[in-house]
Amino acid sequence: MDVVFLSRLQFAAATMFHFLFVPLTLGLSVMMAYMETMYVRTGDKTYLSMTKFWGKLFLINFAVGVVTGITLEFQFGTNWSRYSEFVGDIFGSLLAIEASTSFFLESTLLGVWIFGWKKLSGKAHAIVMWLVAFAGTLSSIWILLANGWMQHPVGYVMRNGRAELESFWTVVTNPFGILEFFHTVSGAYVLSAFFVMGISAWHLLKNQHVDFFTRSFKIALVFGLASSLFVAAIGDTHGVHVAKVQPVKLAAMESHWETTTRAPLHVFAVPDEKNERNLVEFGSIPGILSFLGYHDFNAEVKGLRDFPANERPPVLLTFISFRVMVGLGTLFIFLTVYGMFRRNRLLESRNYLRIMLFAIPLPYIAIELGWVLAEVGRQPWIVYGLMRTSDAASPIAGFQVLFSLIGFIVVYGLLGALGFYLIFKNAKKGPEQASD
Amino acid sequence: MDVLQTTWFFIWGLLWAVYFMTDGFDMGVGVLLPFLGKSDTDRRLMINSIGPLWDGNEVWLITAGGVTFAAFPKVYAVMFSSLYAPLLLILFALIIRGVSFEFRSKVESVAWRNFWDACIFIGSIVPAILFGVAFANIFQGLPMDETGYRGSLVYLLNPYGVLGGILFLMLFLVHGALWLSIRVSGPLHDRSMSAVEKLWFGLLAVAVVFLIATWFSTPLYANYLSHPALFTVPLICVVSLLAVKLFIVKKDAFKAWLASALTIVSAVFFCIIGLFPNMLPSNMDAAYSLTAHNASASQLSLSVMLVVVLLFIPLVIGYQLWAYHLFSDKLGAHDLLEEEAY
Repeated sequence: MDVVFLSRLQFAAATMFHFLFVPLTLGLSVMMAYMETMYVRTGDKTYLSMTKFWGKLFLINFAVGVVTGITLEFQFGTNWSRYSEFVGDIFGSLLAIEASTSFFLESTLLGVWIFGWKKLSGKAHAIVMWLVAFAGTLSSIWILLANGWMQHPVGYVMRNGRAELESFWTVVTNPFGILEFFHTVSGAYVLSAFFVMGISAWHLLKNQHVDFFTRSFKIALVFGLASSLFVAAIGDTHGVHVAKVQPVKLAAMESHWETTTRAPLHVFAVPDEKNERNLVEFGSIPGILSFLGYHDFNAEVKGLRDFPANERPPVLLTFISFRVMVGLGTLFIFLTVYGMFRRNRLLESRNYLRIMLFAIPLPYIAIELGWVLAEVGRQPWIVYGLMRTSDAASPIAGFQVLFSLIGFIVVYGLLGALGFYLIFKNAKKGPEQASD
Repeated sequence: MDVLQTTWFFIWGLLWAVYFMTDGFDMGVGVLLPFLGKSDTDRRLMINSIGPLWDGNEVWLITAGGVTFAAFPKVYAVMFSSLYAPLLLILFALIIRGVSFEFRSKVESVAWRNFWDACIFIGSIVPAILFGVAFANIFQGLPMDETGYRGSLVYLLNPYGVLGGILFLMLFLVHGALWLSIRVSGPLHDRSMSAVEKLWFGLLAVAVVFLIATWFSTPLYANYLSHPALFTVPLICVVSLLAVKLFIVKKDAFKAWLASALTIVSAVFFCIIGLFPNMLPSNMDAAYSLTAHNASASQLSLSVMLVVVLLFIPLVIGYQLWAYHLFSDKLGAHDLLEEEAY
């Protein structure tokens, strides 16, 4: 009945579940806005059909995303009250700004978009979707600045037993948060692109609505290629910053135990945390880890052994998450580049289409593992270097958390199953005849 | 700093007031769903009457919560962890309500729709009552010492707490029925107006009992007795409540709804002003009470947030008013034929 452990499980479950739906909201809204703009510009009804078809899937997804997000804002207070008291001055402000600048815009305008087809001009209606997409991205900035502050606290002064704001500008220009923003949002765009491509591939394999889904595929392809390249590039920059401000996370990411220069990357490794070494190290390429962390093959990379044991994150989870995420990220680049070569011969590229269909879940896995890396990798800290996770939970009874954890698993499990069922069902149905 | 903290106290109160004024009618319509919605078409009309607006309305709750966190972190921490069980119940209810709107019409099955209609009902009545219970207990004071809240969920369901729950429910039922009357016509409209006539009497009775019980169960009248000019606020509340009745009799649903909105806002302010400067009062020892002055964020944080709020909240009100303007016309059965209709 350990309250900290149960609260961690609950928060992880709630956030990871929420994040099954958020990325698609971010990326699909952009693609939909583009499709609707093309309709307004060209009058081509297929673009209208596309907006409405992908819109239907978007709305099912959005509904689950929005309701699962509300719980998170409350959960800082319910389960992490000590943390909330400690960081409210800064962290709370960022959340309040997120709500007032972005959530209002997104939710209000989405309602207008859904029901306003007949009430607004074509142009105005399309602008509304651009604003919805913008609002989603804007909200990401604020929440990632908040997480960025947890990872790399800046702009604060310790006073009255808590972290108090000293410089708002420093908080909102925190490189950790900014890099997280660009990396997460482009990752979300990759996920959305693969979602559209995968579903389009399914229909193209059946030779259904060929023009409709070829167009959808191509739009998503360009979106996905640009995003895959960008997310990798930003990921590299982000990694260099992590090396600077969270060196133990870098060490854990690559299960690097001994401090060395020209630190190697092991193609395959099995960490042995208890004995502070790797059980297996296979295919070691010297200097690569130094390069990843410092853009210098000769740089010294501190090993896990040189950090106090009680300041190291769980190595296995951090290590695996990083590997799989990067491996998948590389795959996404290959798949989208290949797609560019095949884009005018999609119907004949049946193996490629099959791969893209089965690739739909892959960005979901990558993006969730990215979060596991970010959050597990910062342990034992809840505010890096300032507050330990074990000191942050609410002073409440363990059984309360157990009950709510079970509640979350049951309710979210049901919602997730129903949500994905409805998305699959409507994705397979395909577009209806577009009406004006 | 004092002025800043006081300002934030009232901004906090305002956000809750606007939340109850807006999502209040969503919850009201949701609770009335099984009673006024005699057919699938009726129920769809009811759901679509709030369809475009409920999500934007709910964000006032998120903002109220976020502002509690930002401006009064200690209140946020203690309130939310103390009221763990009721808050999580409210959250689960809101989750269920939110997806119900979107999922309901997605499968052609009576059983499916009935299930989601039940979810809308539960997802509306549970928060309506529990918000009332929670706030009434705050007005009454919670058994709190320096380690926090010493009570349980059952404790919160004391007579005054339950009364608060019933009051909120009645306020939202009247508000919801009036909104529905604005947006529909025909038999559903008539049923709605007829319902609100009866509900109004129930609301009046509960309001009177609540006003009296507040005198005996809470210290809320103290601020009014020391500054009698403040009695204007509950006076406005009483007058608007009477105005609701007047406009119902005149069959002007829109003006009645506006009066109902004012009733809710002034009721919240009556309570908030009475509560001031307490935010989470302790009925064990006043020394343990959390107030706007001992539980706030730093001066810089409050100042930065004030700028943000002064810039953005008017903007939000502006575009929300625009959305309301777009979606306050009459709904007909033909609107349900649109592919986007819920």
